[in-house]
Amino acid sequence: MRHQIRVEVNGKSHEREVEARQLLVHFLRDELRLTGTNVGCETSLCGACTVWMDGKAVKSCTQLAVQADGCSVTTIEGMKQGDTFHPVQEAFWECHGLQCGYCTPGMIMAAGALLKENPSPSEAEIRQSLKGNLCRCTGYQNIVKAIAHAAQGGAQ
Amino acid sequence: MSGVLGSSIRRREDPALITGSGKYTDDFTLPNMAVAGIVRSPYAHAKVVGIDTRAAAALPGVVAVYTAKDVEASGIPGTIPTAWLLPDIKTPEHPILAKEFVRFSGAAVAVVVAEDRYIAADAMELVEVDYEPLPAVTDPREATQEGAVQIFEEAPNNISFDWELGDEAKAAEAFDHAPRKVELRLRNNRLIPHAIEPRAALADFDESSGKLTLRLTSQNPHVHRLLMSLASVGLPEHKMRIIAPEVGGGFGSKIHHYADEAIVSFCSMQLHRPVKWTATRSETNLTDAHGRDHVSIAELAMDDEGKILGLRATTWAAMGAYISTFAPAVPTYLYGTLLSGQYDIPAIHIHVYGTFTTTAPVDAYRGAGRPEATFLVERLVDLGARECGLDPAEFRRRNFVAPDNFPYQTQVALAYDSGNYEPALDLALDKIGYADLRRQQAERRNGGGKLLGIGLASYIEACGLAPSAVVGSLGAQAGLWESSTVRVHPTGSVTVFTGSSTQGQGHETTFAQIVAEKLGIDMDQVEVVHGDTDQVQFGMGTYGSRSAAVGGSALAEGLDKVIEKGRKIAAHLLEAAEEDVVFEDNNFSVRGVPDSQTGWGDVVLQAYLAHNLPEGIEPGLEFTTFYDPSNFVYPFGTHICVVEIDPETGKVEIARYLAVDDCGNVINPMIVDGQIHGGVVQGIGQALWEECVYDEHGQLLTGTLLDYAIPRAHNLPHLELDRTVTPCPHNPLGVKGIGEAGSIASPAAVTNAVVDALSHLGVRHLDMPLTPEKVWRAIQDSSQEGRS
Ligand code: FES
Ligand code: FES
Repeated sequence: MRHQIRVEVNGKSHEREVEARQLLVHFLRDELRLTGTNVGCETSLCGACTVWMDGKAVKSCTQLAVQADGCSVTTIEGMKQGDTFHPVQEAFWECHGLQCGYCTPGMIMAAGALLKENPSPSEAEIRQSLKGNLCRCTGYQNIVKAIAHAAQGGAQ
Repeated sequence: MSGVLGSSIRRREDPALITGSGKYTDDFTLPNMAVAGIVRSPYAHAKVVGIDTRAAAALPGVVAVYTAKDVEASGIPGTIPTAWLLPDIKTPEHPILAKEFVRFSGAAVAVVVAEDRYIAADAMELVEVDYEPLPAVTDPREATQEGAVQIFEEAPNNISFDWELGDEAKAAEAFDHAPRKVELRLRNNRLIPHAIEPRAALADFDESSGKLTLRLTSQNPHVHRLLMSLASVGLPEHKMRIIAPEVGGGFGSKIHHYADEAIVSFCSMQLHRPVKWTATRSETNLTDAHGRDHVSIAELAMDDEGKILGLRATTWAAMGAYISTFAPAVPTYLYGTLLSGQYDIPAIHIHVYGTFTTTAPVDAYRGAGRPEATFLVERLVDLGARECGLDPAEFRRRNFVAPDNFPYQTQVALAYDSGNYEPALDLALDKIGYADLRRQQAERRNGGGKLLGIGLASYIEACGLAPSAVVGSLGAQAGLWESSTVRVHPTGSVTVFTGSSTQGQGHETTFAQIVAEKLGIDMDQVEVVHGDTDQVQFGMGTYGSRSAAVGGSALAEGLDKVIEKGRKIAAHLLEAAEEDVVFEDNNFSVRGVPDSQTGWGDVVLQAYLAHNLPEGIEPGLEFTTFYDPSNFVYPFGTHICVVEIDPETGKVEIARYLAVDDCGNVINPMIVDGQIHGGVVQGIGQALWEECVYDEHGQLLTGTLLDYAIPRAHNLPHLELDRTVTPCPHNPLGVKGIGEAGSIASPAAVTNAVVDALSHLGVRHLDMPLTPEKVWRAIQDSSQEGRS
């Protein structure tokens, strides 16, 4: 069974016919070739696939593409404005908040969503907010540092 | 640019990775590409009676379904080899697709190739495999005992190898006469590596050239190419190109040659189409080579003053169902050789049985053998201190190899080149406020409430793998040197090609720092190429904390050759004697004649113009270097962990964690610290939460991230780091390795802290992971004992 959907991704509208069972993350990666969003577990446990749907952080491996019909989605590819990195991106670079980079798009999207809700989180709040995002490389220390750094820089 | 070495320069890798434009294996989609799904055994051990692929093959969108019969018919060798052999080791055939038997849950039995991943998933369900289940055995020691099912006829008692090191008689003698002894029985818990990027392979066989291009989640593309050429795929090496694009973490799990990359290569060679396979998380958990899984009995002998007289141990190390790539090295030469720790121990003996179990293979995982050794030694040392009535810090101090005793020949083959252990211990004790913590601990014990525990781990690591002749004599089927090519372009910028590829360690940045420092050029003038067998001469890859020490040294020596040739050309241009020409700040000048100088750019250009070269000098400016280290490198340090335990729930909280490490000279402190953070946290994971569990039927009970707990941000402390610097005396940069140190020290530090917190209750040892249940039970048992 195929469905017609229209999704706005990073400000651009896409109309596609998709299978009912297609996951949003596969729609983004396979159909739109936006491969910045990664898959680490396909079971909603690692957060590598985190994107924003209508401004809220969601795990795109546990959303169907059809659920995104009529929604606006932001992926990691949509975070840089022109030549300027999003403050969270900049902070991850500055603070060595990534090693292999595989968890990074999801981390940046999760952190960006946190800072929208809570512009100056404490270290404990940052750590709590990352509960659903796994990183195997950094031990989280510099991720936490990067998010605090972005917050101090006044990330939106 | 001097002063680049030793600076925390931001990574050049990052702009691509923070914007999502970096490309990992699964990010590639080639024209006409098909997708493979691998059908895996649900049984740990079974006879494969028959496979019916007809329904799957008939599904629209399915391109092909293959089994072992098709592999055999194709004539490719179709087996997975072992690259490290020990005397009399049994390495039974490991076919890429199961033939008559499956020997672990997750073993590949068939492959479905389809137009997309959803169709492949449907078709996998339609492959009918008829199994006759057989008994399983999952414990490495039980596997050797009577009544255990025999996994391979050629390996009686499921023993693959029986290996010893040290002097058994001398150790027995030490134990016979020692006034004080302790014994420890332990299990080093089996771990699943969990790189966040699952393994993936994209094979593209080009019919007209007969060449296979394979994009692969690999830590060592040349090693993969060599093994695949020899044993699985069978194409000659010059007809295979392996590219490791961005790799999303490895920790050892992407060193090994797995069936999967051979299977997709086979499919592409059959179909003349690109074929991609990407593991799901459950597939990685079932099939990535696991880590650790030791059962050991160990003893320490001491005199009354707390001087160690001897150490001996027997270890049963699980190999899993097949002998994976470097598996035999892990519980032997990367383990037994480390059993002297930082200590002067006059007699050591170790006996290891590598045993088959009906589980996923076990191979190198971050630290590989050295965390197991450190855990055993550091647990024994804590018990020894207690036996002698000494503080654990004091007991360590009394037994350290003295600074004037280097090079130090251990009783287990290694010769430590350098070391200075007390300053690292002292720094750690001082920073953590040790005496004060001990006072607090005593107060808490009297006052009730949360229990406080302080755990030390003074570790040593032999890494920078490794001198080729040494490892060759120990069973390696390859040399462990590293290569570099330094190509200076006519306009003076530089491309370096290194055989050491990265999975997040920042090679592109640190290697560019080495070039910039040595040549005095801007880092922007340097490109670092890695991870592609068609571009890079050859390389042994990234593992064993070897990139800086071996790959970096190859690069440093290559740069020296460039400078050397540059000096010859400059001397000719300046009409000076070669020995008078010095290279400094990117300039060649004549000693004592300040006006007589020529810039880097002029010399480089002249090398290519070749209009005026000295006699006997070839045009061009490029050198390839193969650097073979003369010894391992020996980073060391002391980590201290402070835990608080709620006696009501058994929950362990890490209040503080301090790491003092000595990795020699530091190229980029920010990157080094990041490596320590990651390693320490992986080790904390092993100590507190992580355990790969099979049930008695060999079913994996921890197949998803719901059942296997890897560390998350909210249950970790802020780590405190410091370092001492004892440069490596035998490599050009004075660097050691740091990639694994954290995961080597922290399991012991955390466990020592937890046992320390409970020691007044009579608890002597607990096996990892130290879950609330286990800790709570230990508290309950001890209080019951106390009452009875
Ligand atoms: S891939 Fe979506 S949470 Fe792991
Ligand atoms: S940077 Fe590798 S998983 Fe986070």
